[in-house]
Amino acid sequence: MIRSLRIISASPLSLIGLILVAVIVLAAIFAPLLAPFPTHNGSVVDFAFANQAPSARNWFGTDLVGRDIFSRILYAYRISLVLGVVVLAIAVPIGTLVGLFAGYMGGWTEAVLMRIVDVFLSIPPLVLAIAVLGVLEPTLTNAMIAVTVMWWPWYARLVYAIARSEREEGYVLAAEVIGAPTRHIALREILPNCWPAIITKMTLDMGFVIIIASSLSFLGLGVQPPTPDLGSMVAEGARYLPDSWWMTVFPGLAILAAVFGFNLLGDGLREVLGVQE
Amino acid sequence: MTLLRVSDLSRTFQTANGPVHAVRNVSFDVQRGECLAVVGESGSGKTTLANMILGILTSSSGDIAFKGTPLPAKRTPAQRRAIQFVQQNPLSSLNPKRSVGASVRLGLDTYGIGDRADRTRRVEAALESVGLPGDMRRRAPAALSGGQRQRVGIARALVCEPELLVLDEPTSALDVLVQARVLRLLNDLRRDRGLTYIFITHDLAVVRNVADRVAVFRAGELVEIGSTEAIFSSPDHAYTRRLIGAMPVVDDTELDLRNRLAEGT
Repeated sequence: MIRSLRIISASPLSLIGLILVAVIVLAAIFAPLLAPFPTHNGSVVDFAFANQAPSARNWFGTDLVGRDIFSRILYAYRISLVLGVVVLAIAVPIGTLVGLFAGYMGGWTEAVLMRIVDVFLSIPPLVLAIAVLGVLEPTLTNAMIAVTVMWWPWYARLVYAIARSEREEGYVLAAEVIGAPTRHIALREILPNCWPAIITKMTLDMGFVIIIASSLSFLGLGVQPPTPDLGSMVAEGARYLPDSWWMTVFPGLAILAAVFGFNLLGDGLREVLGVQE
Repeated sequence: MTLLRVSDLSRTFQTANGPVHAVRNVSFDVQRGECLAVVGESGSGKTTLANMILGILTSSSGDIAFKGTPLPAKRTPAQRRAIQFVQQNPLSSLNPKRSVGASVRLGLDTYGIGDRADRTRRVEAALESVGLPGDMRRRAPAALSGGQRQRVGIARALVCEPELLVLDEPTSALDVLVQARVLRLLNDLRRDRGLTYIFITHDLAVVRNVADRVAVFRAGELVEIGSTEAIFSSPDHAYTRRLIGAMPVVDDTELDLRNRLAEGT
């Protein structure tokens, strides 16, 4: 742990990533304490302060109905992070198991599982998510389902490639000669060798899931108002550019910071865990 | 007493360029307690033969009998336990993400031998029997040298108390001095435990050191089998003569010189 921190700190960019992610996660967790206007999380109106430029009272300005944009960004981070964690918590195990057994067992298992994966991968991701949300109602839960559906095949493909090369290793042969069950070989022997790549990809993907989720809500398909979401804040503000620039720029920068942070941290972890591209 | 009898064994692989006969109508016996060396150049079918004896590859025809009973395609745990394997590359034969102990214990776990504490005792005993400290079971393979890893590989095979060991080039990835120590260990283990070896190698110098009998393979066929002495002094088959002829000659003076150089520099 300490050694990992030292390796990450050795690269300034990774350190910036680690700090950005730490700040964002803490800001999201402690949003109710940190936000100057915690009630602006919901459908509050305060027309006296509507459409205000950034000031000492409202650091990032206010929106059309007078809500503090800084407070709303903190709450929006909560949604984004929860969405990212939930999506990955479902997509990673599914994709990993599919890729692991397809890669190790080969033959018919591989042919069937990987063709299913190919079908999902052949549809442009955002289109797939929009299609899912077109059928389902646009809510936070359904946005998570939509993003999960488009996300798991990437893990299947990643783990499949690793499992295929690991199954040629001597330790797998040794386990097969002993007669260890397939489940043991896949989960106990090969899976541990996939973890570094999976963990690195998860960190990088937190940023991408946040972008995709924001894109969906930008299109009005994700989290619904009045719940604050970075994507829908950008969408609302975009109508008032360039005069009320703060409504768009600050939520946009918030997305950028999150994606940038997770990407830099992911690159740093790649070094720490010794993952090859 | 015959421990293993291979009768008319063949294995054909279907490839894009038609069938390839990797092993063709091979028959031989392995006596209990002997070391049978299997020699031949790459592609002569040695590994295919080993994989069939180990039960990870099915034969196309013919059969393998162990202690008089033909081995089925799906072996019982007892049959698997009796025939264990030591492989060539000590760098890849241990899982880098598992402890040495976890790798050695795999057979005990798979065959359900003993309880937790008993398995740990057996793992330590197996490590000690190959000249490693018992608490090495806690270490990661990355912390071990090539020779130590190969010893762990041998311990993994021994922990199940097998009767027959199939050794696939167990010393060819090691440097000369380590090679000599591992060969001595294998000889001692065979004598002390009454083990039987099928020793696959292309190194005829090693063969002369360890084998009681030699089986010479070429293009999937058994061209000659006989005692090590007989094969080296009067090879019948032209191919065997060429194989022995191609062997680098090292006499005792040369060996001494080589050792002195290795220690000196």
